[in-house]
Amino acid sequence: MAISRREFFINSARLATTTALVATGLLSYSKYSYSLPAKAIRPPGALSEKEFVSACVRCGLCVNDCPFPTLSLATLEDDVALGTPFFTAREAGCEMCDDIPCVKACPTGALDKNLTDINDAKMGLARIVDTKGCIAYQGLRCEVCYNVCPIRGKAITVEVKHNKRSGKHALFVPVVNYDYCTGCGKCEEACIMEEAVIRVLPIKLAMGKRQDHYKLGWEEKQKSGQSLVTPDLKHKYNLPEGKKYDLQGEGLTDVKIDSTLDNALESLNKFNPLFDIKRK
Amino acid sequence: MKKPNICQKTGLDAQKSKGWLGANKYLIFRRVSQFGILFLFLLGPWFDVWLVKGNLTSSLTLDTLPLTDPYVLLQSFFAGHSIAQDALIGALIVFVFYLVIGGRVFCSWACPVNVITDSANWLRCKLGIQNKGGGVSSKTRYWLLAMSLALALLTGSIVWELVNPVSILHRGIIFGMSFGWGLIALIFLFDFLVVNKGWCSRLCPVGAFYGLIGKGSIVRVSAKNREDCTDCLECFSVCPESQVIKPALKGQGGRIILDGNCTNCGRCIDICEPNVFSYTTRFNKNTTK
Repeated sequence: MAISRREFFINSARLATTTALVATGLLSYSKYSYSLPAKAIRPPGALSEKEFVSACVRCGLCVNDCPFPTLSLATLEDDVALGTPFFTAREAGCEMCDDIPCVKACPTGALDKNLTDINDAKMGLARIVDTKGCIAYQGLRCEVCYNVCPIRGKAITVEVKHNKRSGKHALFVPVVNYDYCTGCGKCEEACIMEEAVIRVLPIKLAMGKRQDHYKLGWEEKQKSGQSLVTPDLKHKYNLPEGKKYDLQGEGLTDVKIDSTLDNALESLNKFNPLFDIKRK
Repeated sequence: MKKPNICQKTGLDAQKSKGWLGANKYLIFRRVSQFGILFLFLLGPWFDVWLVKGNLTSSLTLDTLPLTDPYVLLQSFFAGHSIAQDALIGALIVFVFYLVIGGRVFCSWACPVNVITDSANWLRCKLGIQNKGGGVSSKTRYWLLAMSLALALLTGSIVWELVNPVSILHRGIIFGMSFGWGLIALIFLFDFLVVNKGWCSRLCPVGAFYGLIGKGSIVRVSAKNREDCTDCLECFSVCPESQVIKPALKGQGGRIILDGNCTNCGRCIDICEPNVFSYTTRFNKNTTK
């Protein structure tokens, strides 16, 4: 059945218009669909989100090989690009398996096989997003996030701070260390507050960036092995006689004079409450 | 009384001479194949027997055989991702497999949406609802195929997978469906009420892609005994791509259906009372009895 040239062009134009309409709809839907919400975390080793959505074919092999009910593929109910793998830290954080089965399972490289040590993963970055909500900041002992952290003592440490409210107590506040946190989300999962006050955020959201022209003098000094500007003068403290001050060490101390009187004074000092002010 | 549609009497003569089984042989094989494939994927999540992992877009069988849908991988490539070795091997295996047994064998023997649209077609016939093409050209699928690749290139993401009913259905059954059923229901209703054989034979770019592979595939259906044709038109009625039959059945040239869009479903073989059709290869020159 031969068709005329005119018919051919009209038919083609018809199809092109329809296709363009579908494409426009799909394009705007994809914009919405590919804006990953902050609470959805990609599996370990996931490429940057931009690359990830070009690489992931949504086969679910990572989900199948995840030994925990952590990973799932997005359904139309989730506001994550349909069929792509993610987890929500509050529901179940990544257990950080040593053999990283999800990465091994990925056939397309959407999860980067160069990730061989799970401690190098950067799924996100945990941040205390609400210090008012965190009871540790209010002076209560909690440290749950610190204790569940798979890299406990490194990724999350507990810092002792003065409790200004009471004036006499300490705060034991959790601090996340950028260099060690993998973004596994166990802290967010375990946070005992009604809404988690520590959350894993996408790196982009969690971190700022200094301009390159800010150089940290002490780091540059270490790199070059010497001061790059005028050499530092040795700092001198103007201290009362008989006192010395060691910044990195014991702090303010007496200059030891070997005399029986001083010995007696020092033993007296041990009963002096002010003795405790001195650094250990 | 209204004259019955041709589709309503399709296969009745064949049933009389070949029996119900004989007149539905390949249909049964296809359903076993379609549900069997799905069942293999479900063994893992349902019974913790992990023979096959993943889904139709990419899978791993017995922890050794990788299979990847070449179409989705092509989109990934257009989106700017350099293809990984595992996926490439898997896609090549799938490509060669369908190149041998027929490109759109995927559609009629593996794709779960086929069951949906076949059901719609069956119900439409039973109820005597006659849809026309609705002005939807069967060329639309190639435009959608091109569009899916263009959008991948433009956005740097695999856009078609956001709406692809084939993967939504298959992945959904295995990994969780939620509102996906709504889309599948729409596909059913579209084929049932709006456009006759609308999705699979006119719109689906996945089918279009496999149809292109099918242009060179080896296993083909041949109208080997075309002299016996009684002009009952039942094969045209039952064929999802009826345009592919005419050249082989009524033409003067070769008897083998070489059109890439023939899905090798074997339905024409089943329902033809005089047994005009049979499976053969594209190289078979011995075409008469």
